[in-house]
Amino acid sequence: MNAPEPDEVTLPWWEATRERRLLVQRCSCGHAQHPPRALCTACGATEGLGWLDASGEAAVDACTVVQRAMPGFTPPYVVARVRLAEGVLLLSNVVTDEPGAVGIGDPLRLDWRPLPDGRALPVFVPLERHER
Amino acid sequence: MTAVAIAGAAESDLGVTGRSILGLQTQAVTRALADAGLTLADVDGVATTGVSRFSATQLAEYLGLRPSWTDSTFAGGSAFEMYVARAVQAIEAGQCSTVVVSFASNQRSARSRSLGGVVETHTPEAQFETPYGPLYPISYYAMAAQQYLHRYGGTREQLAEVAVAAREWALLNPAAYRHGAGPLSAAEVLAAPMVSTPLTSADCCLVTDGGGAIVLTSLERARDLRRPPVRVLGYGERTTNTSMTAVGDLTVTGAVEAGRDAFARAGLTPADVDVAEVYDSFTITVVLTLEALGFCGRGEALDWIAGGRIRPGGDFPLDTSGGGLSYCHPGQYGVLLLVEAVRQLRGECGERQVPGAEVALAHGTGGILSTHATVLLGVDR
Repeated sequence: MNAPEPDEVTLPWWEATRERRLLVQRCSCGHAQHPPRALCTACGATEGLGWLDASGEAAVDACTVVQRAMPGFTPPYVVARVRLAEGVLLLSNVVTDEPGAVGIGDPLRLDWRPLPDGRALPVFVPLERHER
Repeated sequence: MTAVAIAGAAESDLGVTGRSILGLQTQAVTRALADAGLTLADVDGVATTGVSRFSATQLAEYLGLRPSWTDSTFAGGSAFEMYVARAVQAIEAGQCSTVVVSFASNQRSARSRSLGGVVETHTPEAQFETPYGPLYPISYYAMAAQQYLHRYGGTREQLAEVAVAAREWALLNPAAYRHGAGPLSAAEVLAAPMVSTPLTSADCCLVTDGGGAIVLTSLERARDLRRPPVRVLGYGERTTNTSMTAVGDLTVTGAVEAGRDAFARAGLTPADVDVAEVYDSFTITVVLTLEALGFCGRGEALDWIAGGRIRPGGDFPLDTSGGGLSYCHPGQYGVLLLVEAVRQLRGECGERQVPGAEVALAHGTGGILSTHATVLLGVDR
């Protein structure tokens, strides 16, 4: 897989991953959205879009265990829609030795998968029982 | 109701053809025109996709046409139901008189399909989704299925009924890819290789070559042509998402509004539909769409389809060609939904004919539950 190419809108989001900070774009109207855009989909504003540091608190909205080999990936692995405490959904992976055990509503914590250029992909791991 | 009718319909060769896209397109278009009793000289409108970047332009030139109206809306499998709406409007407005809507793909012969789909590098999906390795489109439908089964307590076995029923229909359709394959059981669907949980390969549509075309013209003119006209009664569409995270609830799709608009335009209700051709890219697609279109309540579809209701002889004939699951799926299947609906209304379907069918619904779904378009068709009374 090639490293994702940021654009002028998403560059701050990707740069923050160098410090292992997960940003969520938020408009001055209060709306949070992902992925980052050049406008707010709630109020239409093109100014006043800023960034919020996500807490890392998250839960599984939906997930699937991919069982077919795609170039660059080794099945089985979990692809999930992850709901952040800040309200937005992210597509991500849930990294676990038991992919079949991940279910809707499971609490997750943020982790990072380093990219060769120093950036990183936010991924998630299941919270251990004692962490919940 | 509209003043436009479908005057001709045809398939290209299907399955594994070894033919080119434009070769298959030519078959589909010329066969549909012959069916209508028209020729290329009558055609002044062309709607197609999947040919090239300039799809309608490319096909028009290849066929030797200079159309006064074209459409190459790219919306995945539902584009053809959208083309019907656009063609009706163009014919009613007088911009053109005779439209060919067509599609063809040689994806199986050309081995052009990839598990991860096609993601353009400048899109948000390339930055925020592709790095996680979702299968496209399967993993999205898989997550929709997971949410649905989790919320309503259904089972994979109940979901498999969609594939089982599709096979029963395919056994009655000599043109179906799985015509000679024998019946399929729910146990076999569950035991097929898992692709993206909870969907096995038998929950997924075929990957075949194939194509089709329909010819639209004014109802008035269609009445003088070779075949009984099939009236376009209504249409509706919704476009909802390209990303896997834009839609909050995966179990409620844009088919809700697409269907509502189509039924309102036609002055009909779901109870009026005699035969339904619903895009079955995956078993879950059908379950979500039946609920969205109002054939049954939310969360009820798995119980509703049980007991043979959607199989041959059942009281809700669904995907009577055998569908994308067992008949043909050339990547964008929507035009073949229309071809089958037309044939059912003309009473040409032999063993799989729905007796006395007067109103048919064709519903296309494109991308990852991205685009939704409904067309209601009826016999000319």
